[in-house]
Amino acid sequence: MELTLWTYEGPPHVGAMRVATSMEGVHYVLHAPQGDTYADLLFTMIERRDQRPPVTYTTFQARDLGGDTAEMVKTSVRDAYERFQPQLMLVGESCTAELIQDQPGALAQSMGLPVPVVNLELPAYSKKENWGGSETLYHLVRTLLLSAALPPGTKRPEREPAIRPKANIIGPTALGFRCRDDIQEVLKLLGEIGVDANVIAPLGATPEDIKRIPDADFNICLYPEIAQTTCDWLKRNFAQPIVKTVPIGVGATRDFIAEIGEVAGIDVSRVLARSKSETLGNWNVSRVASSAIPGASRMPWYSRSVDSTYLTGKRVFIFGDATHAIAAARIATEELGFTLVGIGTYSRKFARQVREVAKQHGVEAVISDDYLAVETAVAEAAPELVLGTQMERHIAKRLGIPCAVISTPIHVQDVPARYSPQMGWEGANVIFDDWVHPLMMGLEEHLIGMFREDFEFAEGHMSHLHTAPSVEERTAEEAAEKATEEAKALAAPTDHDAAVKPMGSAPDAATAGGNWSPDGLAELKKIPFFVRGKVKRNTEKFASDRGITSITVDTLYEAKAAIGK
Amino acid sequence: MALQACTDNPTETVSSDMPVLKERGQREVFCGLTGIVWLHRKMQDAFFLVVGSRTCAHLIQSAAGVMIFAEPRFGTAILGERDLAGLADANEELERVVEELLLRRPDIGTLFLVGSCPSEVIKLDLAKAAEKLNHRHFPKTRVLNYSGSGIETTFTQGEDACLGSMVPVLPSKETEEPALMVVGSLADVVEDQFQRLFDRMGIGPVSFFPPRRASNLPSVGKGTKLLVAQPFLSETVRLLIARGAELLPSPYPFGIEGTTAWLKAAADTWGVEEETFESAIAPAVARANTGLERYRQELSGRKAFLFPDSQLEIPLARFLSRECGMELVEVGTPYIDRLLMDQEIALLPEGTSLSEGQDVEKQLDRCRAARPDITVCGLGLANPLEAEGMATKWSIELVFSPLHGYDQAADLAELFTRSLERRKRLTV
Repeated sequence: MELTLWTYEGPPHVGAMRVATSMEGVHYVLHAPQGDTYADLLFTMIERRDQRPPVTYTTFQARDLGGDTAEMVKTSVRDAYERFQPQLMLVGESCTAELIQDQPGALAQSMGLPVPVVNLELPAYSKKENWGGSETLYHLVRTLLLSAALPPGTKRPEREPAIRPKANIIGPTALGFRCRDDIQEVLKLLGEIGVDANVIAPLGATPEDIKRIPDADFNICLYPEIAQTTCDWLKRNFAQPIVKTVPIGVGATRDFIAEIGEVAGIDVSRVLARSKSETLGNWNVSRVASSAIPGASRMPWYSRSVDSTYLTGKRVFIFGDATHAIAAARIATEELGFTLVGIGTYSRKFARQVREVAKQHGVEAVISDDYLAVETAVAEAAPELVLGTQMERHIAKRLGIPCAVISTPIHVQDVPARYSPQMGWEGANVIFDDWVHPLMMGLEEHLIGMFREDFEFAEGHMSHLHTAPSVEERTAEEAAEKATEEAKALAAPTDHDAAVKPMGSAPDAATAGGNWSPDGLAELKKIPFFVRGKVKRNTEKFASDRGITSITVDTLYEAKAAIGK
Repeated sequence: MALQACTDNPTETVSSDMPVLKERGQREVFCGLTGIVWLHRKMQDAFFLVVGSRTCAHLIQSAAGVMIFAEPRFGTAILGERDLAGLADANEELERVVEELLLRRPDIGTLFLVGSCPSEVIKLDLAKAAEKLNHRHFPKTRVLNYSGSGIETTFTQGEDACLGSMVPVLPSKETEEPALMVVGSLADVVEDQFQRLFDRMGIGPVSFFPPRRASNLPSVGKGTKLLVAQPFLSETVRLLIARGAELLPSPYPFGIEGTTAWLKAAADTWGVEEETFESAIAPAVARANTGLERYRQELSGRKAFLFPDSQLEIPLARFLSRECGMELVEVGTPYIDRLLMDQEIALLPEGTSLSEGQDVEKQLDRCRAARPDITVCGLGLANPLEAEGMATKWSIELVFSPLHGYDQAADLAELFTRSLERRKRLTV
């Protein structure tokens, strides 16, 4: 049993729903108790879809458990087929149905329906959402294409040089992070280098489209969490090479284009050269006026312009699915000049790649789906910016750290109406804006560091956001003290001691910990709040390493001199 | 705990012979776990620990996770394969998880262990676990248990089960003097309004259940008169009756008529003079009439179709037809408890098409055929129906908005006109 306040992924059947809902002509019969239809809301509310997901639930209740729940499955499958006339049916169980073992997939396959029926076996107590999505896509593709597989060892015929290469884009799904706009951006990139898109799957594909997958020269594995298993199978059975670079960030987009050039055997040097030419600005009038220049991202120039100098060395903590976390690490360090102080992922399957990135930056990767472990790691690293998921927003709120969302799980605000890709040139523009926005603006950062007793622009205040702290919550310390008092008030009058330290106290609260002398503590409070946590930690370590019992003003500055900012 | 769907409660004497269409098929409803979404705000010193699967955790965070919590007030102990293998182990695991939680959150006054479909199917005895944990942690933290599983409870029945679990620990009333208990979660502002009205009539003492702090429990016993504010509290009311309380049967306090009848039930018990009663409610009734009038004009003659969701459907349909002049195409409800609903059903217009349970595809067919002016339904259906050109009112909002009482009667009607008004305004 695992204590979970927030979960990074849903159960595997939600992954299967994402694949079914992404496609057309597919229907999913899910053996599940009453109430599991909540998952429809993920699509109708978070993604604002205008149709019900193509999912029929058996919605059994307690009174049905004594009877024939298997018969309910058959009825549901029959009714769903008759009503929706899909080209392919997925049949599977949710976690509760898994316990009663009706074998709905096998049952449905024996019913003699005139369309392919895919039996989904998704172990809900050991696997999760992305795995469920990946398995579903794999089994669906395999069911439709197995009979067409090339004999082992067969090579694909060489493409005629006059014919443009064709690629499949594999991986985008409903409820993925910005998949809708990423596809457009990737199509633009392919257009720039003269590659045609063959099939995009699962988002927008029909089972008939899936059958055309072998027509392409190669597969672009855009979201490995969903697509990798399928791409590997296609490589084995149809000799289709895989493009593995995920084009998030300017550098990664250039590598993506270069990799396609290699895989497809085409010349991409002109496009790469053009992309590099905008690095040093050159935003003359005509270029600024045409906002939709393919091959141009404003991010390299924005990041080089002097306004961004204060971003240098900002301490950033990154968490998300492996694909987005790895991409973010590269952008943060190579394209924005941040310092990576922590990275992690909940995608265990890709833990090795994330560990490698962590190693390059001299940090320990957090490979965990335990929200509390991530929270501890963030507090420990005391970053100035958290790039994470919806769940890291909770952590960042508690710790008083700016935060931007880079990966699923997401909520409704991260399915925006405006064009907001993460991939390609425009994706880099979006990322620059979104990641810099939560940080304090440069001028304000300087002034708060100099003058600490302003009645309006107090500690932790960011006047460009709507997060002006109320008078009662002026500083992190005061807020923490207030929380402590409230917790005391809550606790039974007999037991004051137990409620002394609620977890809500921010890590930079200069109250407990260490052996701070009053003057040392007073000096600590003069450090700008967003680096105070780190300074405090460094000083305490410095003191304990040297056996210093009372941390004074001098200890603080000695530690600063020894360790650096 | 025996697996028994609440919907299988034996029906009470049927006073109304209104025909009810009973359907079985796919049910597009929430499970009782969803009650946590508003109960955690009502009782701020309580924590809700679901014992279930990742699906349960995902449900609650999908519903409530759009709010950013510095301190979450609910969580899930997710069952793993090891827990499914042997039960003794699962009990130890649960104790470990609770210890971990209480260490992290020493401010928790009441901890609810909430059962789910998986924990009920594998027959994990949460009642026993709660009792054991309570021994260890009381009086600092009280540990209670209820089931919010989908197989047993539908949406608001989760609140019923939660309040039901608190009934046995309510203190016993010391005297047999009459005392009023208002049962069901109400918005704080509504509680205050009712309290003022009771004060004006000289009805008291009054307690509200659930209380704003789970540690601040009202007493119950002989002389306790129950005024039920929410129609979905079947189990809670029965348990309170078993502890000596007396039910004051009444319609529910939605709209002017419902609120007056509801207050009257208490006033009659307390022997409040007709004149005192009238003068106490008169200003609020007058205000409510004024406020309601403009929405009445908007809604009058329009057709409403209500999908089953919360058991509020019948009282709301009564309000919409009698006070707003709407025509009722179909009133669907997940479950009808005659003990709590007879007074309402008697007020529905003759021949109202009532349905209990659901086969969602067939119900959608009926709805599309009728082309109602407003469809009350859950969020899984709302956007898809809007896209078909039908105006909808998403029903969950009816559970967590202040809608009871006189001063909210107009707000209640406004909720149903809002999507109509929006359609008029939007030009693209």
